[in-house]
Amino acid sequence: MFKYIIKRILIALPVLIGITILDYAIMSLAGSPLEMMLGPKTTEAALKAKEIQLGLDKPFYVQYFVWLKNVLQGNLGYSIKNYQPVIRIIGNHLGPTLLLMGTSMLVGLAIAIPVGIYSAIHRYTKRDYSLVTISFFGTSIPSFFLALIFIYLFSVNTGWLPSSGIRTAGGDGGFIDLIRHMVMPVLVLAISIAGSNLRYVRSAVLEILQKDYVRTAKSKGIGRFLTIYKHALRNALIPIVTVIGMQIPTLFGGAVIVEQIFSWPGLGLITMNAITGRDYPVIMGVALLTAVVVLMANLITDIIYALVDPTIKY
Amino acid sequence: MKNSTFRMVIKRFYKHKLAVASLYFLVIITLLALLAPIISPYDPNQVSTSFSKPPSLKHFMGTDQIGRDMFSRLLYAVRISLFVGLAATVISTIIGVTLGLIAGYFGGVIDIIIMRITDTIMSFPYILLVLVAASIFGPGLWNIILILGFVDWPGAARLVRGSVLSLRETNFVKGNVVAGMPNRYILFSEILPNTIGPVLVYATSVFAISILDEAALSFLGMGVQPPTASLGNILNGAESITILTDKPWLWVPAGVLIVLLVVSINFVGDALRDAIDPSAKE
Repeated sequence: MFKYIIKRILIALPVLIGITILDYAIMSLAGSPLEMMLGPKTTEAALKAKEIQLGLDKPFYVQYFVWLKNVLQGNLGYSIKNYQPVIRIIGNHLGPTLLLMGTSMLVGLAIAIPVGIYSAIHRYTKRDYSLVTISFFGTSIPSFFLALIFIYLFSVNTGWLPSSGIRTAGGDGGFIDLIRHMVMPVLVLAISIAGSNLRYVRSAVLEILQKDYVRTAKSKGIGRFLTIYKHALRNALIPIVTVIGMQIPTLFGGAVIVEQIFSWPGLGLITMNAITGRDYPVIMGVALLTAVVVLMANLITDIIYALVDPTIKY
Repeated sequence: MKNSTFRMVIKRFYKHKLAVASLYFLVIITLLALLAPIISPYDPNQVSTSFSKPPSLKHFMGTDQIGRDMFSRLLYAVRISLFVGLAATVISTIIGVTLGLIAGYFGGVIDIIIMRITDTIMSFPYILLVLVAASIFGPGLWNIILILGFVDWPGAARLVRGSVLSLRETNFVKGNVVAGMPNRYILFSEILPNTIGPVLVYATSVFAISILDEAALSFLGMGVQPPTASLGNILNGAESITILTDKPWLWVPAGVLIVLLVVSINFVGDALRDAIDPSAKE
């Protein structure tokens, strides 16, 4: 067990280093920060002085280590646009994104898990086929198109829901106001989450239902409800947990587009603004952070998986 | 023998009615897209004086803000979207399959290096990498194809590596090794043909995702640039509130087309998975 965890961490370590190298390489590829900082109207001498001051005259790998040392101390650099530390910008916008992603994940799973189980129990019936077909539509509809339809239906036509932001301007905010602003972005993200997870849940439950111990439970005559909920479901949840851990990057990608459309003041929105404004320290700071979070999430899922499932080989 | 498995696959595929319907739809759409220069009633970039007209007999899907015929633009947009999706899928599949074959077959240090690179790229949110690359290299048709192709190979690499690892243990491959066959022959003539099924299934999902990504990028203004029409940049117009509310013919058809294309490709892929490997019951 202990050996397995060490092994997983040893595999994750080069990936972590790879993430920082790739992140740094992309940032260097994006161009010299000098011109971005000093603007086009600058002299050769001023450029040279700044270059030496920032250590940009040193070879690539030396610069990488300097950058890495800063990153390890929590310094992700400064935004080219407003000179704020990147780490503070991220800190200020992390909350809304976590709220949006977390709620969407919960809503999406609250749809996918019961419907997926229902579909698996009634497999190869008309109801099963129609649910699976609907789930395909859920994954195939582009989030921005769904967002446009929602805005058209619920904001423009009926005026039921606000189409942008996190709280009404000038209003006192409050919980109800927040919920009203969250409904559409959460639904857009939750529909795609539900669509892809429904099929995972369905196949996980189907697989378990064919296991011998489920047949044994059935033959004991404890009834369908107990068989499914006590014996099948718990075991089916293990693969589902792993799949969820793997979906964090996709979820964040979805948040970038959805936050942009609904002007949701989260990480996705500032990332998109940074991309259009070519503010590379901010973009790569966010990229580095998300990649590390994803790596950690995968590592933790793997370890939990090993703890929960006694049959896994170490 | 080979021929009969192929026939079995087709027979099983035809049991999925929705997938067969999707396949017909895709074939028709592809034909329309290929024949766009012949069948489109107007030049897609030809401006006229009938601005933002709703569907009529003359322009039966209406015209846009600068008087271009929407039906012709949609035909060309589908052409571009399918082309981007297909080209990106071909590039990423070739890269992924090659790296997967090498990693799985040779193992050792090569395998470790390739797989850690794969893990590294998979840790970044895919759309973020694509957006950053688009902002560095600039938007444009070929840049988008290359970016999507070069970012989306890790999945295929993992898949192929996995099947090579199990194929390497089979007797027919071991037999080849014992017989002293060159690596290149074993890899490309013995192992590769046996991975084609799963790779094909995986490629359909990459195709669907590439079409979605092109649409998202172009919608955000970082993909295919106007005046070239793509399904994503047609939808970009709907960010303006007057188009969104009063001129649904300018954005709804493009969105519906994306959904239909992607969903049909996914149905075909799903049925293909079932047909190729019926034991992997979902």
